[in-house]
Amino acid sequence: MVSENILMTGNEAMAQAAITAGCHFYAGYPITPQNELIAYMAKHMPDQERVFIQAESELAAINMVFGAAASGKRAMTSSSSPGISLKQEGISYLAAAELPAVIINVMRGGPGLGNIATSQSDYFQATRGGGHGDYFTPCFAPWSVQEAYELVKLIFDLSDYYRTPSLILADAIIGQMMEPLNLKTKYPISRKLPQKTWALTGARKRKPKVIRSLILKEGALCEHNEHLRKKWEEIKAKEQRFATYKSKAIEYLVIAYGSQARLIQEAVDILRKDGIKIGLFRPISLWPYPVKGLKKTSKDVKKIFVVEQSLGQMVDDVRLALPKNEVHFLGKAGGGIPDVGQIIKFIKKKIKT
Amino acid sequence: MAIKESKKFAKAKSLNEVDTHYCSGCGHGIVHHLITQVIDELNMAENTIAIAPVGCAVIAYDYWAFDSSEAAHGRTLAVATGIKRCQPDKLVFSYQGDGDLASIGLAETIHAANRGENISCIFINNACYGMTGGQMAPTTLVGQKTATTPKGRDPGAGQGWPLQISEMLAKLNGVKYVVRSSVATPAKVKETYNYIKKAFTVQLNREGFSLVEILSSCPTVWRLDPVQSNEWINTEMVKQFPLGVIKE
Ligand SMILES: Cc1ncc(C[n+]2csc(CCOP(=O)(O)OP(=O)(O)O)c2C)c(N)n1
Ligand code: SF4
Repeated sequence: MVSENILMTGNEAMAQAAITAGCHFYAGYPITPQNELIAYMAKHMPDQERVFIQAESELAAINMVFGAAASGKRAMTSSSSPGISLKQEGISYLAAAELPAVIINVMRGGPGLGNIATSQSDYFQATRGGGHGDYFTPCFAPWSVQEAYELVKLIFDLSDYYRTPSLILADAIIGQMMEPLNLKTKYPISRKLPQKTWALTGARKRKPKVIRSLILKEGALCEHNEHLRKKWEEIKAKEQRFATYKSKAIEYLVIAYGSQARLIQEAVDILRKDGIKIGLFRPISLWPYPVKGLKKTSKDVKKIFVVEQSLGQMVDDVRLALPKNEVHFLGKAGGGIPDVGQIIKFIKKKIKT
Repeated sequence: MAIKESKKFAKAKSLNEVDTHYCSGCGHGIVHHLITQVIDELNMAENTIAIAPVGCAVIAYDYWAFDSSEAAHGRTLAVATGIKRCQPDKLVFSYQGDGDLASIGLAETIHAANRGENISCIFINNACYGMTGGQMAPTTLVGQKTATTPKGRDPGAGQGWPLQISEMLAKLNGVKYVVRSSVATPAKVKETYNYIKKAFTVQLNREGFSLVEILSSCPTVWRLDPVQSNEWINTEMVKQFPLGVIKE
């Protein structure tokens, strides 16, 4: 067992959070920058008589998770961008069959094999379902090791509560940086969770159960989609999460998430010293997008700046939420990070024009 | 499907009474009977979890009076692995066609077998893709005409040779029992019953992976009547896929 206050990488913290949350089954396939996570699970899951499998591929891993989830157990897999693309088939099936599971993406540069540097280029994939069919997956983005730990625990509850696969969208910086972690924070449990009466546990003293996503009867799939839509609507209404920094009485607002928001925080402090009334809005839930919080926080601002480690993905959600605002975008993909100097220069220039 | 009551082949308790969706003369239905009879005999219906494939047998669970899951096409043994590792005391079997098991799911098949997952796999080899309208499968015979080999499968034209999955898997240490059978004669049907029972017993004894490959007719795709289909299995298919116990 680990002691309560320790130095850990984000990857290890997310692994430990899963164990703390009662994750019974983990399957994964190695890929940088999330290898510390799979190694931590390999080391610690068997000690606690839980299941660890190094799968033959991400396809196999996500489908093993499907089987574990169908058994009513808490199950997780993790990967990085190219591997998450392979998992999309399985995530679509999980969403269709309403099986709870947690998927961690420690993003790296893309498209293609890309590189192993940090990136936020999988935002579209993470927030628009990602696989085929009409579905969404709740998606939380941590900005520190401590928050990564908290969000993984929380998202296990949320997945069980709504019977849905859910994502943690971290980036290479969050996954690999070391920070002090306080393991004392309370768990369980954030809400009353329903019994898993749907789980396949053997038809003893009850009728046989089937877990399926093939729905052929006329009209039945429309009905199932409607049922899912209501679930997504409920999640949208209830699960928006965000944080702000110096966001009172502001004229300008910067929006960023994950590791990028850390740099923005620094930039905000420097800009404020120059007398610019600027604050940070940091979405924690990327889906559902924290539209309510964003509208409130941005009510009186003149200009909005969105900064991402991508060519501009989350900025679409900002523009959808705030169609009348002036929104400027700064971003770099492929492992590039808009740094504090660039951010300040960009914002000052856009304020003047 | 009219079920003839006889002592040995009375309808199994764990076989639901529903109309069949399989074509007449299809081998899938016979194998469903055998599986459910074995499960009755082992008294395991309350402790079984089956995984149905994507293929003509995708709604196999409609016939089975025990818990079942679907799997995405080819991921059947990965889903089975997740279930079995979480519930090692259950009888877990996958039911798969040759496209599901030997083509799109080949990686999942080999690695589940190689890990020695304590799972039984019932493999229906009908030398074609039934569900999608009769295309070439990895098991399609050389010269066999299908929707995607209109001139007959030609290895010289880059279409490959029939894949002998059972012989391949038998080489793996994690695999404890492999047999190839057919349901093309009454005697073979009876034998297949025993092979399925043996495979499930291997699992219940926690010995490792077991595989029962069954040559099974697909009159619709083969464009033969049911009797001719069985003859084709007995004369042509068995040349490429010899019957018998391969590993025990
Ligand atoms: C990812 C994916 N690719 C393709 C299909 C279409 N498809 C459904 S069944 C099938 C082949 C089934 O053949 P087989 O496994 O031999 O089973 P059979 O129908 O012959 O019993 C295919 C290609 C699918 N459902 N999913
Ligand atoms: S197409 Fe072939 S495998 Fe499918 S149900 Fe008909 S006979 Fe059986």
